[in-house]
Amino acid sequence: MNLREFLKENRVYLDGGMGTLLQAKGLKPGELPERWNITHPDIIKDIHKAYFEAGSNIVCANTFGANPLKFSDDELSEIISAAIKNAKDAIAETGNSENKFVALDMGSLGKLLKPLGDLSFEDAVSAFSKTVNLGAKYGADLVFIETMNDSYETKAALLAAKENCDLPVFVSNAYGEDGKLMTGATPSAMVALAEGMGADAVGTNCSLGPAEMKNIVSELLSVASIPVILKPNAGLPVTVDGKTVFKVGAKEFADEMIEYAKSGVRLLGGCCGTTPDYIKETVDATKDFPVVPLTDKNLTVISSYSHTVSFGEKAVLIGERINPTGKKRFKQALIENDIDYILREGVSQQEKGVDVLDVNVGLPEIDEVKMLETTVFELQSVTDLPLQIDTSDPVAMEKALRIYNGKAMINSVNGKEESMKAVFPLVKKYGGLVVALTLDENGIPATAEGRVKIAEKIIATAKEYGIAKKDIIFDTLAMAVSADKNAAEVTLSSLKTIKETLGCHTSLGVSNISFGLPERDAVNSIFFSLALENGLSAAIMNPHSKDMMKTYHSFNALKGLDDNFTDYISFVTENKEETGKTPVKTEENNNDLQYAIIKGFKEKSATITEELLKTTDGMEIVKEKIIPALDIVGKGFEEKTIYLPQLLMSAESAKSAFEVIKKKMLSEEKTGENKGTIVIATVKGDIHDIGKNIVKLLLENYGFDVIDLGKDVPPEVIVQTAIEKNARLVGLSALMTTTVPAMEETIKQLREKHSSCKVVVGGAVLTKDYADSIGADKYAKDAMESVRYAEEIFRK
Amino acid sequence: MAEKLTFNTPFVDKKEILRYMGCKTPDDNILSLLEECLSEAIPTLSYAVSYSVYPIKYKKDISSNGLLKHLSDSDEIIIFAATIGVGIDRLISKYSRISPTKAVAFQAIGAERIEALCDAFCEEMKKKYGCITNRFSPGYSDWDIKDQKLIISVTDATKNLGICLNDSFLMSPSKSVTAVVGIKNTETEEKNSCESCDNAGCIYRREI
Repeated sequence: MNLREFLKENRVYLDGGMGTLLQAKGLKPGELPERWNITHPDIIKDIHKAYFEAGSNIVCANTFGANPLKFSDDELSEIISAAIKNAKDAIAETGNSENKFVALDMGSLGKLLKPLGDLSFEDAVSAFSKTVNLGAKYGADLVFIETMNDSYETKAALLAAKENCDLPVFVSNAYGEDGKLMTGATPSAMVALAEGMGADAVGTNCSLGPAEMKNIVSELLSVASIPVILKPNAGLPVTVDGKTVFKVGAKEFADEMIEYAKSGVRLLGGCCGTTPDYIKETVDATKDFPVVPLTDKNLTVISSYSHTVSFGEKAVLIGERINPTGKKRFKQALIENDIDYILREGVSQQEKGVDVLDVNVGLPEIDEVKMLETTVFELQSVTDLPLQIDTSDPVAMEKALRIYNGKAMINSVNGKEESMKAVFPLVKKYGGLVVALTLDENGIPATAEGRVKIAEKIIATAKEYGIAKKDIIFDTLAMAVSADKNAAEVTLSSLKTIKETLGCHTSLGVSNISFGLPERDAVNSIFFSLALENGLSAAIMNPHSKDMMKTYHSFNALKGLDDNFTDYISFVTENKEETGKTPVKTEENNNDLQYAIIKGFKEKSATITEELLKTTDGMEIVKEKIIPALDIVGKGFEEKTIYLPQLLMSAESAKSAFEVIKKKMLSEEKTGENKGTIVIATVKGDIHDIGKNIVKLLLENYGFDVIDLGKDVPPEVIVQTAIEKNARLVGLSALMTTTVPAMEETIKQLREKHSSCKVVVGGAVLTKDYADSIGADKYAKDAMESVRYAEEIFRK
Repeated sequence: MAEKLTFNTPFVDKKEILRYMGCKTPDDNILSLLEECLSEAIPTLSYAVSYSVYPIKYKKDISSNGLLKHLSDSDEIIIFAATIGVGIDRLISKYSRISPTKAVAFQAIGAERIEALCDAFCEEMKKKYGCITNRFSPGYSDWDIKDQKLIISVTDATKNLGICLNDSFLMSPSKSVTAVVGIKNTETEEKNSCESCDNAGCIYRREI
């Protein structure tokens, strides 16, 4: 029988441990078990046979670590071919081949993906793709992705499987005792990701014994609409007399598995420490219980690398601020490639309490495809909120969806043939909750009936692509009420109908409604509460608007959606502190900007600057207040009367003052002073960047235009950027002895191709002598010294 | 095969964190920053160690003289890998983009926490095996940092703890330690790590 068919109606038994059995047969610590497929085929085949005889339907070929990071292409091919043959031979020799399957087993590549590690997502996909292609070529019946402790690597493996074969794909993760993956994902988040991308089964294995997995499995069962996998260890390993052993015996293991089988786990097996005995006991103990049928949980859900956000009860708040429309400062940031500004917009919205961040970086002057990809990647290193990918360019959308670590919200599709043709295949492939706008070739219907009709058409077309209704959320389009007095009414009534008769979730860009009116917050917040009452599931809104947040929290409190009014009260308390705070420390009352910067009062520095700007020119504030303050602090640092954290607090305060001035100058179409361009980077192989970021902050404070290339930057990229920007100074950071050679190489290439520029280096392992020996112009022992050197270079 | 141990939050030594921040005499502003960062960091940390005990069969196979000297009084060693997880890395990377001051604080908290975890683990080992040496890690003295790979392999650190190495032998999560301690045949007092270091002017040096 076809495996997908078999899976529909049956409980499926998997195999148990391989590593522990091989060690018993003489595999040495550090030896690669995959080589035994070739050197000891009989031992491997006999283990598979023992599992089939014990009752396993599926065995994993011995390919757990068979990937191109560990083996050459030729050896990899040989190993996978032999591994699958060993398992197929085991089927042939045990007879009765009906309902016996061989899985291509894929474990972790043994490297952590960026930004936490150094392997890029696309490199991970390529590595897995090689393994998948070989597995399919040599006749595997399915791909079994297992023991992954990172959602991002899981996604890379799943994408590789989906892109390179049509075999069923199982996804199983190793959760810690806290019930999460090492990199943070909950079981629900993994289900959202795996189901979204079309996995055939999802579950957990390794790390824990059957008794410790109860919460993980019950969460998986409660959210998964596809079959759930369970492969526990034989308990937790303990060291007795210098040897590591597993505590739980076969019988005890099988007893624990009974409850899991009864509660609906469909694929049962074992992991480390389990043997064919464990599988036989499990099969005997569970085979007579009826198989629990699969049910569609019908959840509308999105996920990040850590958690899910579900739609249905409380309205989901989507922060709208990462969007250049109507925002000069944001446009400027995009043009200057100032990613940090965008990241701060993300973080500040999270602090205000949004659940999701909308990400729109489309601007005619910039390369949106690249910018959206970069922004999505970088946002994932500063926030754990799910993202809403907001673009009208399908190429940009696909790139962003690929590298997104979870199941994203996709903004948007509409009723036009062309739009559905471009967007639906992406939703199907990468998973996602797609926002569908109720407009089509004929524009936005003036009536609710018209909009609902388009919604029906969208649902029907999505179905043809295999996209379920639960993965579509309708935006009935809030149009300016100032242009059409019925605009709000039509939007609301189509919203209500779609929710009630089509059974779909809804979303609105709430703020549009008040376009062209004064006091927009007042109109927006009332419209928001009307929409909520009509069943709105999500709102794209500005969380910095107090009126909107008040409406949201009050609505939830009134509707019984806020137990004990916890959210409402904490919202009110926080906002009271902000507005009616009585100053505690008298020194904070000093309204001198210079004093605020020296003391490191970040917010205070910004508010004083705002006040000063009413009467004083921005550049004068910089010259008279900010620079003198920075000089005092910098000097104190050099004389060791103040410490690094204090220097940094002052630098951040100065930066917040600069930010206010910059915004004002942009609104007046003025540009600030720029002393010169400096390119900085942490060299290839090194992923430390605190030091480099400190240098950047101080250089910016002193008026330099800093191009920050980030960490782990190849020499070629640094050289090319230095040439493009005609930088007179390049700053390089390396933290480890093993990465200093990359620094040396970068300097060498700079000398060859951009000899006019100077190079300043720094980092924990460097000394002046070391810096001289690799050809740097200057060794800076700390950030202040870098600033002094830059001033010296650019003064000339 | 190695055993994995998890620990509850070890005692937080704020003085030690300030030492890592290069800030021995903090003002109120720094102290409140530290408190703020601690309360954000602590919930994201987990404390896990994976270890194996091995007899030293062939001393001549040990390539590092420093390590050999360190283990001169031992016939058995405990090889371990420890980590406080990726949570701290996320915080460091987040704040290095939006507030370098906090990044420095999280960096220092991570350094103190991983050392505190290693101390807690070594205390456990003392209870179990009696007198043990200080920790000795690849990269110390003449011990090649590349041997990090070996330790990660024999402690199952990638599977048990999620520790990975990059091409420069740098660990992720970054707040991880691999080390060896010797189980001593005779009971003798160990010096603390600053006492045995010659760099007297170091700003991180502990007051003795």
